[in-house]
Amino acid sequence: MSENKKKLFSMHVNVDDFLPASDKEKEYMVQMRPTTTAFKDGMKRLRKNKVAIVSFWIIVIIALSAIVIPMFWPYKYETMLGMTPGKPVDASYKNLKPFEYSTTELKKMEEGEKIFPHLFGTDASGRDYFIRVVYGTRISLAVGFFASIIVLVIGLTIGAISGYAGGTVDLVIMRIVDIIYSLPDTLMIILLAAALKDRISAMLEGTKIERLGTNMVALFIVFALLYWVSMARLVRGQILSLREQEYVLSAQASGAKGGWIIRKHLIPNCISVIVISTALQIPNAIFTESFLSFLGLGVNAPMPSLGSLASDALNGINSYPYRLVIPAIVVSLIVLSLNLFGDGLRDAFDPKING
Amino acid sequence: MSQKTLKYILKRIILAIFTVWVVITVTFFVMHSVPGGPFVGEKAVTEAVQKQMEAKYGLDKPLMEQYWTYLTDVVQFKFGPSLKQRGRMVIDIMADGLRTSVKLGVIAAVLALIVGVVLGSVAALRRNTVLDRIIMIITTAFVSMPSFIMGSLLLVAFAIKTHLFPANGSTPAGLVLPVITLALYPMSYITRLTRSSMLDVLGQDYIRTAKAKGVSRVKMIFVHALKNALIPVITYFGPMLAYIVTGSLVVEQIFAVPGIGRAFVSSITNRDYMMIMGTTIVLAVLIVIMNLISDILYKVVDPRINLE
Repeated sequence: MSENKKKLFSMHVNVDDFLPASDKEKEYMVQMRPTTTAFKDGMKRLRKNKVAIVSFWIIVIIALSAIVIPMFWPYKYETMLGMTPGKPVDASYKNLKPFEYSTTELKKMEEGEKIFPHLFGTDASGRDYFIRVVYGTRISLAVGFFASIIVLVIGLTIGAISGYAGGTVDLVIMRIVDIIYSLPDTLMIILLAAALKDRISAMLEGTKIERLGTNMVALFIVFALLYWVSMARLVRGQILSLREQEYVLSAQASGAKGGWIIRKHLIPNCISVIVISTALQIPNAIFTESFLSFLGLGVNAPMPSLGSLASDALNGINSYPYRLVIPAIVVSLIVLSLNLFGDGLRDAFDPKING
Repeated sequence: MSQKTLKYILKRIILAIFTVWVVITVTFFVMHSVPGGPFVGEKAVTEAVQKQMEAKYGLDKPLMEQYWTYLTDVVQFKFGPSLKQRGRMVIDIMADGLRTSVKLGVIAAVLALIVGVVLGSVAALRRNTVLDRIIMIITTAFVSMPSFIMGSLLLVAFAIKTHLFPANGSTPAGLVLPVITLALYPMSYITRLTRSSMLDVLGQDYIRTAKAKGVSRVKMIFVHALKNALIPVITYFGPMLAYIVTGSLVVEQIFAVPGIGRAFVSSITNRDYMMIMGTTIVLAVLIVIMNLISDILYKVVDPRINLE
């Protein structure tokens, strides 16, 4: 060993450094933790974000109760209590305070009958207010969800085509996007909702959608026409940068067609950006729906939505302010939770686009 | 201003004009696609009267001719007569409403801007303190609240329960609540925007240099940091106006403010087609112009920015 010893200040390398590694040293190199995928990594970050997790559970609870509660609740959103065909209207059911019973119900209870309490009272037509709020939540959530799906599908398709095709196709699509982008969307929605009202109602007569209201159909049409542009821009930008990657070139070299490359290579790689902006689109749609319902351009009566409930409540606001406050809290809670959860998703899965 | 900036401005102006044209065209054809025209659903009228009414408003001419007439009229600010308010022109009704609405909107915008920038800067300078947290929590809550809910809650709290302000918005004192309702959302947004851009700026080298040079704290904040931190706020001018315009539709409804928003909403329920078309176009042009100005300002203030 002595001849291996490095002389002080010499330029010689230390030969000891080049001996075969011992087993103990090798152990250091063994990776103890399993490799993570980008998805798992993101989930780990998301789980650490308490605000996002709490928001997520709030959304789940609200959504589940909006789906489940109407199944077993003894009252229906459109039933006007005290209105029985052939009998005079029992006015004691109208405008009950929370947990208050009508005189008829009190009489029945004295006779030993069990009556389910009106948690939030009843409205001016004698309808159970609690179930109306639950139904309104259901409508608002459904509108938000489906509107986002529409935006997603259209924006994704057009953005992907525009980004991948490039050239003239891209130029034309992007000019159209520019124009739609600069249109004042809310005004256009109001205009279309007002105009489509008469046109669609004739077309939908007798179908299931009619119950939801022509305005909702108009809202979906407008979302499909106007709101896809930001999604298309986003997807196009992603695809533009992704298609320069080597693996796309290699796929092309092995004879893959455009549609295949878009579906199998490009979209999976920008999926996180897409999911995040879809999640953030939902509160936007709920906002728009409640806004329209408030102006009387939303769901058709007697179907409630959170916006129309708040709007109806304005009439009796002096005596029954809680009728406004309840839907107000619900809609704010939904939008707030969705926003916070969307932000959490963005922070966890896409550290690049911190806004 | 460089050649490139000028070219960009020219391009934006052309796009804006084109957008206005699209708005007018869409509005015209959408309103004319309504089956039966504007007089259906009125009191039962004989066919002769119906014909006469259509002739009076020029609705019996071919569609393209009507479109051309409307287009040339709109360029000269002629929006035709109101179909429901007898004897009044749409432009007069709008001018009446705009006087109140512009006052409301401008006060709300200025309020939002001042309070938002101050709160945002304070939050950034006192980063991660209790004050910063409180500001962020409140603004997050306000951003998630639709304007009609904010307005209704303010109405309950300050007009009905406590009688601090009148609920009717037709008097000057009655404008307080509508202004606050309109200002809260953009204010919260500007606060968040200012905070994040201020934090960004405060971390930059030239601020450190300024500090090292011995610049006073006040001068550093106001002259060095705030000037650059406000650039992103400029981009929000356009969207803010769009929000205020659409927000005024509900706010004027809630507080009974005699503005253009309320006139618009009632024209929808009355199916006053001339009024709907006129108001949509005027409000849309307002929004497009404001977006144009804020985009151009942004480019002029900071030529490094590539908006393409």
